[in-house]
Amino acid sequence: MYRYDEFDHAFVNARVAEFRDQVERRLAGEITEDQFKPLRLMNGVYLQLHAYMLRIAIPYGTLSSRQMRMLAHIARTYDKGYGHFTTRQNLQFHWPALKDIPDILEKLASVEMHAIQTSGNCIRNVTADHFAGAAADEVADPRPYAEILRQWSSLHPEFSYLPRKFKIAVTGAERDRAAVQVHDIGLHLKKNAAGELGFAVYVGGGLGRTPMVAKKIRDFLPEEHLLSYCTAILRVYNLHGRRDNKYKARIKILVHETGTAELTAQVEKEFEALKESELKLPEADIRAIGTYFAPPALPPRPEGDRALAASANADRGFATWLRRNLHTHKNPDYVSVTISLKGIGEVPGDMSADQMDAVADLANAYAFDEIRVSHEQNLVLPHVARADLKAVYDRLVEIGLATANAGLVTDIIACPGLDYCALANARSIPVAQQISNRFADQARQEEIGDLKIKISGCINACGHHHVGHIGILGVEKKGAELYQVTLGGSGDENTALGDIIGRGFGPDEIVDAVETIVDTYLGLRLDNNENFLAAYRRLGPAPFKEALYGSEAKAA
Amino acid sequence: MKLLAANRLIDGVAVWLGQGGRWVEDIAEAEIVRDKEGEARLEQAGREAVAKNQVLDVELIDVEIVDGAVRPLRLRERIRAAGPSIHPELGKQAKKPAASLV
Ligand code: SF4
Repeated sequence: MYRYDEFDHAFVNARVAEFRDQVERRLAGEITEDQFKPLRLMNGVYLQLHAYMLRIAIPYGTLSSRQMRMLAHIARTYDKGYGHFTTRQNLQFHWPALKDIPDILEKLASVEMHAIQTSGNCIRNVTADHFAGAAADEVADPRPYAEILRQWSSLHPEFSYLPRKFKIAVTGAERDRAAVQVHDIGLHLKKNAAGELGFAVYVGGGLGRTPMVAKKIRDFLPEEHLLSYCTAILRVYNLHGRRDNKYKARIKILVHETGTAELTAQVEKEFEALKESELKLPEADIRAIGTYFAPPALPPRPEGDRALAASANADRGFATWLRRNLHTHKNPDYVSVTISLKGIGEVPGDMSADQMDAVADLANAYAFDEIRVSHEQNLVLPHVARADLKAVYDRLVEIGLATANAGLVTDIIACPGLDYCALANARSIPVAQQISNRFADQARQEEIGDLKIKISGCINACGHHHVGHIGILGVEKKGAELYQVTLGGSGDENTALGDIIGRGFGPDEIVDAVETIVDTYLGLRLDNNENFLAAYRRLGPAPFKEALYGSEAKAA
Repeated sequence: MKLLAANRLIDGVAVWLGQGGRWVEDIAEAEIVRDKEGEARLEQAGREAVAKNQVLDVELIDVEIVDGAVRPLRLRERIRAAGPSIHPELGKQAKKPAASLV
């Protein structure tokens, strides 16, 4: 994985020292909150309902065991013993004291982590496929490009005060596991007919108040032009993006208001001027960054299949977990393992310090020290020998992380919502917990099959509800929580926004409504190969409306 | 009926303005006002506390008295007064289970 060089170390340490001084001056009353707030936000420090919140970047979701242990240490020492993994491959601590944050940042810097650009109107943490570097279906590892983008965008003088925040995601496979079409820039790494690497470039996707699917503005951008083309896009946005209205300031609105053809023409013109500049990436530089991401040397472990067959016969729980939580690896002796952070009735994405330590140990013993954070709020061990799966599973059982639900109805994304978030209108987590408890039965979950439920506590859509197969949005109506349901969204290579299905449901009704939707699907699917999304796309909303609202739907 | 809510600067903990200008960690100890003069007095005290860098995000919130206990009207403020509804062992409700107001 990427290692800080001297410059990176000096830069991050200098930033910690600077923030320490700013915090001291704030606590001494030398600067006001108005002066301090933009400074703390630039360092990932928010104020929420109960306390400050510190958001830590996990670049392209890649963590080492050492880093995970440090997160555990921080959770234990400065927080309340746990952390929360988010849909942007970040980690949030929900209880740090402002006075302690400089110490926390110093400890993070010692393991090559920071919280820079996890807030503010700048280019945020670049996200990537959580199976990057391991997935059998990948054209190439997207992370070297994400790292190049990270270096380029860190404290970029021209792009530190954009009209609004800016999010970039990169995927390296046809199967889009990074939801690139709902990002400000989405990059799909691919090969052209000549076998050269480059990107399909998508612009102007995003969720939130005005959800939009990104437009493809380039089918193939040669890899050496990654930075010049992104610079061209950012320049057009920085110049023309709206600064008069916060709600219209994202690039998606600019794309929409300008029109894709015109915007593409502007970007291409800017690109023409930049393409032979110093932003053009020398082949040697790309390959040099690539070496940081070279997969570990994977010794042959052909004994895996025999070992697995025997243990799966003896242990049904293990067999179930094998069915759900593995992903095909490039090397047939190995797999990628999803560690579900969605135990039945648990808080999606939360992890205790002890669990963090235990997963760090597991990664150390069985997975070449590598851990990934997925945008679906789970963890991944990207390289595990099939022969070691039973040992990994047994340990996961001991630490309560062996839930065999990856991709199933209880693998729910939920934002922190009104339990923590100062912007929330309604709670998300308790809804996720209740749905999880309702569908706890493993056989029933597997009978239902792949189904993504995503829940947000307000229109900002951190829980990606628009792209949930079933999306749930919490709103406040007459002082009470109300949940709006959307159906048919998806955040993959066939990205679609869900349809609002009808009037919302109260906190006591929402779980029943979800169950009604699921039962309607089960009753109408062609067979169990037709998953929820496929069935919804075939059937449309009508039968679901009918089931939810009955005669009310007919009258409307 | 209103009282004044804020977060403490040094650690972000939710606090309310109590008697004698003291910021208290338990909403039960907050000073409740019932008229415009009272509200103006709380707001003035809030501005002064912000200027003295004791608290931030000061806000007057609506409350009612239910069975002798103060209860914010908005769920947001009830969760703030108690702690995350999903973690009864965390936040203010941990020290004082009765604080669970959701
Ligand atoms: S979606 Fe809204 S409630 Fe949920 S974390 Fe984002 S801002 Fe907070």
